Amino acid sequence: MNLSRGARALLAAFMVLGLAFVYVPLVVVLISSFNVDRTFGWPPSGFTFEWWNRAWDNPGARDALATSVKAALGATALALVLGTMASFAVARYRFFGREAVSILILLPIALPGIVTGIALSNAITTTLQPLGVNFGLFTVVVGHATFCVVVVYNNVLARLRRTGGSLEEASMDLGADVVQTFRYVTFPAVRSALLAGALLAFALSFDEIIVTTFTAGASVQTLPLWIFANLARPNQAPVVTVVAAVLIVASIIPVWLAQRVSSDTSGGRL
Amino acid sequence: MLRGFSSSLHRHPWLRLVLLLALPMLVLVVVYLGALAVLLLSAFWSTDVFTGDVVRSFTTDNFREVVTNDTYRTVILRTVAVAAAVTVICAVLAFPMAFYMAKVASPRARRLLVVAVLTPLWASYLVKAYAWRAMLAGDGVVNWALEPFGLQGPGFGLPATVIVLSYLWLPFMVLPIYAGLERLPDSLLEASGDLGAKAGRTFRSVVAPLAFPAVVAGAIFTFSLSLGDYIAVQIVGGKSQLLGNLIQGNAGAANNLPLAAALAAVPIVIMVVFLLLVRRTGALDNL
Repeated sequence: MNLSRGARALLAAFMVLGLAFVYVPLVVVLISSFNVDRTFGWPPSGFTFEWWNRAWDNPGARDALATSVKAALGATALALVLGTMASFAVARYRFFGREAVSILILLPIALPGIVTGIALSNAITTTLQPLGVNFGLFTVVVGHATFCVVVVYNNVLARLRRTGGSLEEASMDLGADVVQTFRYVTFPAVRSALLAGALLAFALSFDEIIVTTFTAGASVQTLPLWIFANLARPNQAPVVTVVAAVLIVASIIPVWLAQRVSSDTSGGRL
Repeated sequence: MLRGFSSSLHRHPWLRLVLLLALPMLVLVVVYLGALAVLLLSAFWSTDVFTGDVVRSFTTDNFREVVTNDTYRTVILRTVAVAAAVTVICAVLAFPMAFYMAKVASPRARRLLVVAVLTPLWASYLVKAYAWRAMLAGDGVVNWALEPFGLQGPGFGLPATVIVLSYLWLPFMVLPIYAGLERLPDSLLEASGDLGAKAGRTFRSVVAPLAFPAVVAGAIFTFSLSLGDYIAVQIVGGKSQLLGNLIQGNAGAANNLPLAAALAAVPIVIMVVFLLLVRRTGALDNL
């Protein structure tokens, strides 16, 4: 498109402003984590490493981090299995209700988290508790998996549509059975899509607070629940800020991984 | 045995299909749809005033309450207005950014910009909301930056909630629009220019119609996510309440699940109508 120089400059200005809008609050948190002042008045009156030491020794934050990682790993594993199976079915077969299947998979992420949350919480109290299954890590994992399935499904489905079925047919024609074809042809083709989907699923689960609130019960505290519980306590503010700063820095890891596993510049689909 | 299994799979495609679909459908239909169905069903029940137990007899009182109660109606309208405002703000901010990324920036810069926009998406939701608490606080960055101009920031309240929700969901809008614009061939834009259209005309007649489904795809995210949010408003919203707070309050502290369920039906109905309306634009393929 033949844009005038003015139009280009205007678009570039928008880009810079947009990025500033995105990054300034994050940088403020990073700087604030070294602020001497407990209330984080701006500009900081001085800098200290004390809060970082305290956060490192904080048992609540450490336990919550471990719980979050466990829950996210469980939800990702479940989502990988379910999402991959569903995406193969939808990509490779024509059947009655195919549209319904894709809408059903989309539903948990399209509906607000609080709806999913109270629906699952209600189901756990009415059907699982009489069976002896209580609120805990298991219910958190299943709750997270319902909305993580869609990201694995979307990534794998897009890859399967792009590669088509002809390679698999060729493999079968050359005498490979279904298992061999999957192992040597299909799986290598979708491997990076699986990784991209798994990364997104892990991040979604790790970050989730609303569904977690309703499925965790009293004994399980994930990192988002810990942060939210400590937001209301002014004397914990410095430690919360350090945890926030750590999470901001840590968010570079998945992006870096996604760029490595995927040639697709967007690093996966939402 | 594996061989026998494999060859029977080969001979019966429907068996493969059933095996592939059985587990995902079992989990999603039984766990998710089942829970959702029970929730919607319980919207027709009531709670015993004295014991707080759920009484399983059919009544439409909860829905009547949701529709006629002035407080609820105000909060529902406010929530829809907030979700709409957030969606518009995100679209207005995201479109120029996505356009610059997809059509103006060099391929090298493009890759870096995508990473730059994507990285905050991975940062925790709570961390981002918390960051804005530090920004908007009385002695925070916003007031500090505006002070020399004799201005004051919005402080905590509904405007702050709209800002924070727009901030939170902005990458969800940028990415679909960027993907949509990237798919749009440059040759179409050149053809439009060759036929005498100026940039504005090309934008109106070529770019806008073709990118519209992508914008709608982003809007599905921003609208739905705003509609059910009750955390951000607790962090920066001051005393304002949104639909999510009402649902949470009734499901939790007030222990009135039937009323919470009837309130939860509101965002479900709004999202289903929204999805049905936008289905024809092809937005669902842009997710």
